Amino acid sequence: MAQEAENKDTDQYHYSKNLDNAVQYLSFALGKEEYGVDILRVQEIRSWEPVSRIPNVPCYEKGVVNLRGSIVPILDLRERFNLSKAEYTPLTVVVVLQTGDSNKTRIMGVVVDSVSDVISVDKTEIQSAPDFGAKVSNEFINGLVSVNERMVMLLDVDKLLKLEELDQDEN
Amino acid sequence: MSIDMSQFHQVFFEECFEGLEAMESGLLTLDMGDIDSEIINTIFRGAHSIKGGSGTFGFTVVAEYTHIMETLLDEMRDGRRKVTQPAVDVLLGSVDCLREMLTAIQNEQDVNNASVAKHKKALEVVLNGGSMTEESAPIPVGQELAKESVAVNIVPDIAEEESVELEEQGWKIAFCPYLDLLKTGNDPVRLFRELNELGELTTIANIQDIPGFYELDPEECNISWDLKVVGDISGDEIKEIFNWVEGDCEMEIEPLAKTKIVKSAPAVQESHPEPAVTISNNPVPKPVEVKSKPVQEAKKPEVQDNDNEAAKTTAKASSIRVDTDKIDTLINMVGEVVITQSMLGLVGENFSMDKVGQLKRGLAQLERHTRDLQQSVMNIRMLPISFVFSRFPRLVHDISSKLDKKIVLKLVGENTEVDKAVVELINDPLVHLIRNSLDHGIEMPADRVAAGKPETGTIELKAYHRGGHIVIEIIDDGRGLNKDKLLAKAIEKGLIEENNLLTEKQIFELIFMPGFSTAEQLTDISGRGVGMDVVRRNIQSLGGNIEIISELGKGTTIAIHLPLTLAILDGQSVAVGDETYIVPLVSIIESINITERMLNKVAGKGETFRLRNEYLPVIRMREIFNVHSGNPTKSKEGVLVVVEGQGELCCLLVDELLGQQQVVIKSLEANYRRVEGVSGATILGDGSVALILDVPGLVRFSTR
Repeated sequence: MAQEAENKDTDQYHYSKNLDNAVQYLSFALGKEEYGVDILRVQEIRSWEPVSRIPNVPCYEKGVVNLRGSIVPILDLRERFNLSKAEYTPLTVVVVLQTGDSNKTRIMGVVVDSVSDVISVDKTEIQSAPDFGAKVSNEFINGLVSVNERMVMLLDVDKLLKLEELDQDEN
Repeated sequence: MSIDMSQFHQVFFEECFEGLEAMESGLLTLDMGDIDSEIINTIFRGAHSIKGGSGTFGFTVVAEYTHIMETLLDEMRDGRRKVTQPAVDVLLGSVDCLREMLTAIQNEQDVNNASVAKHKKALEVVLNGGSMTEESAPIPVGQELAKESVAVNIVPDIAEEESVELEEQGWKIAFCPYLDLLKTGNDPVRLFRELNELGELTTIANIQDIPGFYELDPEECNISWDLKVVGDISGDEIKEIFNWVEGDCEMEIEPLAKTKIVKSAPAVQESHPEPAVTISNNPVPKPVEVKSKPVQEAKKPEVQDNDNEAAKTTAKASSIRVDTDKIDTLINMVGEVVITQSMLGLVGENFSMDKVGQLKRGLAQLERHTRDLQQSVMNIRMLPISFVFSRFPRLVHDISSKLDKKIVLKLVGENTEVDKAVVELINDPLVHLIRNSLDHGIEMPADRVAAGKPETGTIELKAYHRGGHIVIEIIDDGRGLNKDKLLAKAIEKGLIEENNLLTEKQIFELIFMPGFSTAEQLTDISGRGVGMDVVRRNIQSLGGNIEIISELGKGTTIAIHLPLTLAILDGQSVAVGDETYIVPLVSIIESINITERMLNKVAGKGETFRLRNEYLPVIRMREIFNVHSGNPTKSKEGVLVVVEGQGELCCLLVDELLGQQQVVIKSLEANYRRVEGVSGATILGDGSVALILDVPGLVRFSTR
């Protein structure tokens, strides 16, 4: 968290000119790709720790952990996006996200390779994700934004974490 | 007013509802012939404190209403008035009406004026003449609906009209502009015109502040107004009008004569269905066949009502009353823990090996205190089951008179304590089961006499503890379940094969099958639209089970077993691969060490185990949960845990038994979702999460 705060400071310095329209995103890496989630949805960042497996669920739902007394499910984003698997190392990071509507919020952890930055994005600079057709699913992607020549995909947290309900219906 | 009264509202409402309950049970126990003045006193006290409280909090509708009740009760208390059944019935109706009013106020809804006015009339009629007791149609016992109809009969139109008059509503506005209002370009007249568009406007101008003619400055506004707008207007609409002058005046907007918070409500709201009135006007005993239909019709809206209430009540924050004793124990316990902790701290400060004994003793003490502490904390959540039971005398009273049956309800073990969550959730299933017994269990008085039984039927509601469980039994001495009829019905419905041999228990279980309960007469139980399958599902979701013992012609006993608490469970942890699962101890019958040879293959796939001449299906936990870790046992050194789920025995094959412990149940659904075969999760001593097995679910899952 300390790291996060530091990042925030430097970023505010860089992007202070257009703070009105700015939205802050936490960016993280999955392989060579960079993703961002709305920073207000991020509850905390933890290191990976072994989970308790849940039987008979999709493989990207890794299991549940004890987060200060609540049972929190952990999703592997690499597997969720069908990327190649990576070994979990002590550097592997779990981003704990909040989702849900006014009547019910839930928290959920997603496994990512590493957390990179806190970026301030001007709302007007967000481009909608191009349609890849059936080849690539862009259902979780809210938009694209380029930061220092890097492309960051902004994820829709609610859609990302709601998916399992769809799975449930299928069951 | 400087004190915010609303902070006391919750307490006030709770007290009121308690008072109402006391009044209700008092009224029900009033014996016509022999009046116990103590009971009347209790009822009177209840009414009195509600009156006082509601007066304090400005709920004048309630206060006025209770005042009439009180007058009536007072006369009864002094012996100036005889206690008659009709009067008691009217009072019971008033209790209902009060409860309705209070619920409405509590939920910040409009009070149903029409119904209040009707009840009021009924009360006044009793108060003023009591002539109705003899002459007018005898009032069916305990039906509030009946009272309404009586009220309507006697004062047919006035009640309606009055209720309309009562519904005067609107706003009182004290508008006192600053001197320079006019300079800002605002014109009060324009404001008043707008108000007049909203509703009927009365203005009173206060001109006493106007200076003498020579001092008068035409640009200054020296008049203040008292305005009254009548109509169905929201506060926001009024505020909108005064939006422009907000900074330029002092003003106070308040609902018209606070007593009439009441806004126009449709004359009859959900609560008082028409069909019921027709029955109650017709109290002459008729054959059941004819009556049964309207009775059911009448019930349906009532059910809706209940559901609505339930929905409302779950939304509000709940509180709990705790015995001071319990809190004292708790404080004692915490003291002990603190002492032990400081003792351990001392030992740890200058620790040397010779203090090991002391350390061990300290730790043992700490363990004991922690366990005690846990127990007393859990105890706080425990409520006597009478919280649920106390509603039933009224239910039985009402329904039995509706059905023209004579039924006595006996309550046993009302002080048995059970977790608050269980208390809240068990109510609906119990209501359903009791209605069943009333409706279908107990026969008509004539039939009972013919069968050589006492004319008055008995329903016994009994609660007691047994081995970490609470058992609730509903025992009636009615006609019992007819096995042959049940069987025939099940075969007709295609639920079982014709030549199936079923044990008695299995036959009775049939009535829990979905689709079975919606059949006719015998199984169309109480017509609530919820079948016995729902009752069973509700009880199972509480971690309990339900069983039926019945003898034709003698009666039926329905026993519900429930865990005492929903928060903690005694569990057996088992290892499957390198994963740990918790099996609820209550569902375990026994555990057996087995070898491969002891299992028999069935059709090459399924496996059975022979336990004392009974072949039980085996569920391999490894397979059903897809566990690949650990060394796969070919059931060479496995352990069979024989469990019972939904009355069926079955065996779970696990790798190892780990140990028994109390586990705190955590919801998996809070952040995740329901998982097949798993009822929840818990956190083990090492901080990791273990899943709690849902045995009945597992059995269902495996047979799929």
